[in-house]
Amino acid sequence: MARSPRYGNLPNDANMLNPLLPIRFHDLRLKRRHRRVLDNLNLLIKDPGITVIMGPNGAGKSLTLRCLHGLIKPDRGSIALGALSVADSQRQQAMVFQHPVLLRRNVMQNLAFAKPEADHRELIDALTAVNLDDRAEQPARLLSGGEQQRLALARALLNQPKLLLLDEATASLDPASVLLIESLIRKQSQAGTKVILISHDQGQARRLADDVVFICRGQVVEHRPADAFFSHPESREAQAYLAGDIIV
Amino acid sequence: MDALTEAFRLIITLDPDLFEILGLSIRVSLIALAIATVIGLPLGTYLAINKFPGRRVLITLLNALMGMPPVVVGLMVYLMLSRSGPLGGLGLLYTPTAMIIAQVVLITPIIAALSNQVIENLYQEYRDTFYSLGITGSKAVIAYLVDARYSLTTCILAGFGRAIAEVGAVIIVGGNIDHLTRVMTTAIALETSKGNLTLALGLGTVLLTLAILVNGAVTAVREFAKRRQYA
Amino acid sequence: MKLAVVLVSTLAATQALADTIVVQSTTSTKNSGLYDYLLPVLKQDTGLTVNVVAVGTGQAIKNAMRCDGDVLLVHAKASEERFVAEGYGSMRWDLMYNDFVIVGPEQDPAKLRQASTALDALTRIATSGAKFASRADDSGTHKKERALWASAGIDPELGSGQWYMETGSGMGATLNTGIGLGAYVMTDRATWIKFGNKQDTTLLFDGDPALFNQYGVIPVSQKKCPTVNAQGARVFTEWLLSDRGQAAIAAYQVAGKPLFFPNAD
Repeated sequence: MARSPRYGNLPNDANMLNPLLPIRFHDLRLKRRHRRVLDNLNLLIKDPGITVIMGPNGAGKSLTLRCLHGLIKPDRGSIALGALSVADSQRQQAMVFQHPVLLRRNVMQNLAFAKPEADHRELIDALTAVNLDDRAEQPARLLSGGEQQRLALARALLNQPKLLLLDEATASLDPASVLLIESLIRKQSQAGTKVILISHDQGQARRLADDVVFICRGQVVEHRPADAFFSHPESREAQAYLAGDIIV
Repeated sequence: MDALTEAFRLIITLDPDLFEILGLSIRVSLIALAIATVIGLPLGTYLAINKFPGRRVLITLLNALMGMPPVVVGLMVYLMLSRSGPLGGLGLLYTPTAMIIAQVVLITPIIAALSNQVIENLYQEYRDTFYSLGITGSKAVIAYLVDARYSLTTCILAGFGRAIAEVGAVIIVGGNIDHLTRVMTTAIALETSKGNLTLALGLGTVLLTLAILVNGAVTAVREFAKRRQYA
Repeated sequence: MKLAVVLVSTLAATQALADTIVVQSTTSTKNSGLYDYLLPVLKQDTGLTVNVVAVGTGQAIKNAMRCDGDVLLVHAKASEERFVAEGYGSMRWDLMYNDFVIVGPEQDPAKLRQASTALDALTRIATSGAKFASRADDSGTHKKERALWASAGIDPELGSGQWYMETGSGMGATLNTGIGLGAYVMTDRATWIKFGNKQDTTLLFDGDPALFNQYGVIPVSQKKCPTVNAQGARVFTEWLLSDRGQAAIAAYQVAGKPLFFPNAD
């Protein structure tokens, strides 16, 4: 696939400067309704590029990402991003959710809300980047699902985050929108933003991932370069997952 | 039918008594509404966004107060404002101000409880995104209020509807005094007690017309908002 | 901004004016239209603005005991005299009278038209099984009615809910209820003459001296209620008791009939 050359083309110095790397999860533990949903989760993400988190439903993928973004406080354990804590790094992070939450305002106002100090030119550029410049004055919630997610992405990127998190951001979109958003993600990664995304879509993971983290039952079962993961998954769970078997 | 004719006659002839009474009704209820909104909206919003012990109890209390009978409210306000009551020195009993106070007590819980539900729903929807975008504090509160503007309009008008249609409280604290505290509902009660049912129903028809106009305006605003997915 | 102005002006307008008084009154005097006729004349003569709160006599007395009125104008002599004796009123004067009447359905199932006295009329109602609607609100009319039942040796409470309907409401509401039920109702004559929803109910018994209905006027005592507008209350009372006031009461007629008869000493 076209993955390897892109990895090589990364502007190295820019990535070396990403202050949020490496990302280190240490013994993360979280209980929900008397069940351990994160069970001493440990993970080290050293490299720039795109990390894809995979795993069955209920494995703890979203919770891991939410802990990283500061939306949830784990019961125990710690997360460090470079020399920073979650709270201190939050302003340099951005997150896109599976269902975009847009304000009850027009497209332009949705963007301006995230960055009030931005001038008109900057907002129009951000819209142009996601092919929405002709929709600026429309009520945001009347856009199609794909357009809404592109707007959410443009909004997330407005403050030039160093870390972009996407939680199944393309799960309910049509193929054309998926490809458009993927290319935007790739572009952002090349510009030096670390990207971590959750996906159930193996095709998408193969297209985007530099490395894959496989989570099952609240633990990291496998974390390897994408090539290796897809050609020779090591764990029994990952083998079953990729083969389409149901893992409980 | 007679009542419709009567209502029509009252309006067409620009009956001065009718317009005085109608004017006072609207004035009293609008002022009460403004005050109740200034109190109820922030209260409902605060309870929606902030978690603290006793919050659920407060919300339950507000919901219960929403159903408080106007007569009880009237009696409470009467006992406060009575010349031998704690606020008797203000000399407010049997004045429009007393009626405003009673209506404020009556509709503040309505506006607080309804706006609490609206803001709470929006809060659940927006919370993570706002956190992610670094929108906190007053900026977030303003955004909740702005984005809930159409739903909140409905809450506030529900309060107005209750205020202007209410008779039990204002008749006790206002006294239904001609040219001073007589409003539409107390005039209807008086005419009914005088057996002038046609006139009473005619006045009722005028009040109903006002209610229809107000609700029509609300529906129009809501439809506009819905079309743009702003509701 | 505009709202604030309106609010302030409303608050300002509520400052008690020296030439304004509150009269705690019975409903009959108000519903009969007497005040609408008297007060403009009074205003012209004295400059006094009178705000009338019309409730049942019982409630009017209680409101006045809380100092929420400057003058009491009701029709229950015993209660009025107690009000004065307990110091709430400075003095009581007879003002005017009319009488109570009993109204009921045109068919007159209890044959009240043949009744000789008020006690006979009530006995006929109680024994015929016809319905009777009572104010049951501690008003002057209600007190009078209960006194009449007592002197007839009948306890209507025993039939409460069956033939004795206790509305707990004002005169007008009780008339509306009674007419709806096809029941007999005791009412003051003034309210009945002015009443607009008579349907097939008609006046069936009157004329017994036992149905005499005396109205009294009492200025609220300044000793009990220092906030009272004693000056205004005196002007109001003196005017009502004067020849001019008494003549005005006598002059008020509905459909050619006088409703109240002045009888100040």
